[in-house]
Amino acid sequence: MGQIRTTHGDLDEADLAKTTIFEDRPTEWVIAIEYKLADEIVRRDVHVVLKAPNVVADALAAEL
Amino acid sequence: MANAQAFCSQAKVDLMNGLHALGASVIRGGTTKDTYFAALYLTSGTRGAADTVYNTTGEVTGSNYTAGGVTITTASAPSLSGTTAIFTPSASIAYTNVTLTTSFDAVLIYNNTSSTKLALSVHTFGAQTVTAGTFTLTMPTNDASNALIRIA
Repeated sequence: MGQIRTTHGDLDEADLAKTTIFEDRPTEWVIAIEYKLADEIVRRDVHVVLKAPNVVADALAAEL
Repeated sequence: MANAQAFCSQAKVDLMNGLHALGASVIRGGTTKDTYFAALYLTSGTRGAADTVYNTTGEVTGSNYTAGGVTITTASAPSLSGTTAIFTPSASIAYTNVTLTTSFDAVLIYNNTSSTKLALSVHTFGAQTVTAGTFTLTMPTNDASNALIRIA
């Protein structure tokens, strides 16, 4: 493993406890990767994958 | 084939491309597409349908985050999927090496070319924080059911 950027500067990834958190939500998947040194989170990356955002505009033509 | 009332499908795409002006419009500097930005907002923010322009109120602050957010990639022009006009940024939106310790849950996409920075859309997600890392928003499939922005 190499070094990664953290709140304490670059640290060897092997010295950190890595946790991957996955959440399946109605409108997105979330993958969060946390790196801890002792009990302190020194890096947290978040990847949100949007499924189908509910941003829809209806375009209507009125009947006369 | 009988006549049928309709909002013409191609007109939905044309609206996205700024080809109709039913009200007062603006003098554009050219025919090139506009540049859009994506700004992040705290869970305490009030962004939504009432927004008309980019607003700094409630925007996240933190290490390596620049107010106004980041540019989005618009390589794919609006198109039609069936009778629905669709648009989705052609790449993920990424904020790299940022520390955002206060929870945020929304992104505002706005027109950074317009002088007033017109608001386009707001998208929400579960509350997040980032520590010395990267926050990435990956776009949905660009089709009639999933595209980021749809005029149906």
